[in-house]
Amino acid sequence: MEIKKAAVAGTLESSDCMVTVEPGDGTVELDLESAVIRQYGKQIRKVIHETLERLDVTDAKVTVVDKGALDCTIKARVECAVYRSNDIKKGLPWGGVIR
Amino acid sequence: MKNAVGREIPEEILKLTGKEPFQGNNYKQGVPFRRMGPIIRPNMDNQHSKLVGSIREALEKCHAHNGMTVSFHHHFREGDLIVNMVMKEIHDMGLKNITVAATSLGKAHDPLVPMIEDGTITRIEASGVRGKIGEAISAGKLKGLAIMRSHGGRVRSLVTGETKVDIAFIGAPTSDDYGNLRGIGGKTNCGVLSYSHVDGDCAEYVVAITDCLVPFPNFPAHISMTKVDYVCVVDAIGIPEKIATGAAKPTTDQRKLMMAEYCTQVVVNTPYFKDGFSYQTGVGGASIASTISLTKIMQERGIKMGFGVGGLTKPMCDLLDMGLVRVLMDTQAFDLDAVSNVINPAHHRITAGAYANPFNKGAFVNRLDYVILASLEVDVHFNCNVVVGSDGVITGAQGGHPDTAQGAKCTIVICPLLQGRIPAICTDVTTVTTPGESVDIVVTDYGVAVNPNRPDLLEALKKADCVPLKTIEELRDIAYSIVGEPEPVEFEDRIVGIIEARDGTIMDVVRQVKPIPEH
Repeated sequence: MEIKKAAVAGTLESSDCMVTVEPGDGTVELDLESAVIRQYGKQIRKVIHETLERLDVTDAKVTVVDKGALDCTIKARVECAVYRSNDIKKGLPWGGVIR
Repeated sequence: MKNAVGREIPEEILKLTGKEPFQGNNYKQGVPFRRMGPIIRPNMDNQHSKLVGSIREALEKCHAHNGMTVSFHHHFREGDLIVNMVMKEIHDMGLKNITVAATSLGKAHDPLVPMIEDGTITRIEASGVRGKIGEAISAGKLKGLAIMRSHGGRVRSLVTGETKVDIAFIGAPTSDDYGNLRGIGGKTNCGVLSYSHVDGDCAEYVVAITDCLVPFPNFPAHISMTKVDYVCVVDAIGIPEKIATGAAKPTTDQRKLMMAEYCTQVVVNTPYFKDGFSYQTGVGGASIASTISLTKIMQERGIKMGFGVGGLTKPMCDLLDMGLVRVLMDTQAFDLDAVSNVINPAHHRITAGAYANPFNKGAFVNRLDYVILASLEVDVHFNCNVVVGSDGVITGAQGGHPDTAQGAKCTIVICPLLQGRIPAICTDVTTVTTPGESVDIVVTDYGVAVNPNRPDLLEALKKADCVPLKTIEELRDIAYSIVGEPEPVEFEDRIVGIIEARDGTIMDVVRQVKPIPEH
């Protein structure tokens, strides 16, 4: 999917994360800030990249501010931000690329 | 060399500190030592005045010098003004290489960080540190070592002479002009002066700082004129609303209430719950809720507590007012109700030494039946960590945790399985503060685990069928299944602090943290 415009999903509440996607410069650029970066930084990056790959996002600037969110939350926030950047609100592919 | 909790204590640290690795809780039982006495300058001239006009004058009269050790108490908690006031003066005098031997340091003392950076302060000894000082130590900014000791361990280090305090500064809510000090009666009250008692006994110079000078004699004195060299009157020694807040509102957090209920069930279904039992608890939401629900069961069954001890809160003072506890032994007042409750004749002040010093011929903690504690992390060996955050940064204090945990017959640690994404029940704690041999039961929101070295307690709880019993490994596995197994935090080689066991041996070391990895 293409990132058509900047979009945000999530909050800065504890156990949530805020994901911002913006049009990129030809690659995926990830900026991660996390309350648990020392213990879960690698895992969080992995989840974000896997989710983007599944959505076929190859060109985006992604900023994630994580407050200790679980993997399922991070996935959901990334998915939501990507679809919002495309203004897609209906007919989401539940069970397809959104799992 | 590996110590009794399996932690590697490097040879260089043993050499540098002259300490031994931790060898188990009762290693020093009955081992004789000589109490150290301080140098004293007597006062017999009836024309001599102890009053000094300023902190600077006090420092000069006490021969403040490079490399000296100064001490403070933390009864004013986050409202303390004394430490910053004195250290600023020491800094302005240009003194260097100072050891700050406080009973604890908190966020109120963030202004000390620049003094750590410029070499004014090069060593810290405290129960622990919170806020920016902890971050600074973990980042390697303190030139020397930070030594974290329990409340009982600190008293031991002073009476054995291991810590030699040159000047003790005792913030006193009231003082007369001859240094009789009380924790009450002034405008900045903290109730008790328990932590400073040993400083009065062991420091070479003792300076009382007060904002309320009262007529002689200020009696009964909590710390006597017989131990005080100088008295300095200042505008304010603390910020009252930050010293003790109103009693914490009983929690409505369902998770905490559930853990409180498990904890109460554990207490009432173990064999020490009978008339005359003794009890200590903390200030956390679950601890307070547990005391409240325990009160109901005590009333129903006609069981009274023999004594309650420790840092006290309103629910404990309520027990006294209701006649449900014979006496309270107070080392620290956590809320205003506890501060004002000290007028009750059955509410006794005790020194930190009487409370917890392992090198006494006996301390109150040794006579505890139950202690209810919290912990940042508990591992599958039942070791607890209350000082270093799961990210490796120093962020807490030992307090009386290791003292009461060793002393009590039944030590219960309440700990939610997860703190955000961080699993509080883990394979190995970041840093050991309290050894697993001291910890009997761990209460979480996902079940209760009993230390395998206490089959008697496990049997009692099985029979009562009152709480969901799990092994500690099962609890850890549940935690990891939800949040994933954390990666080990990466540290630099440099050791920035040591966690001292109660008896002065080394429980663990704290290393400098690596900078947060870049994107």
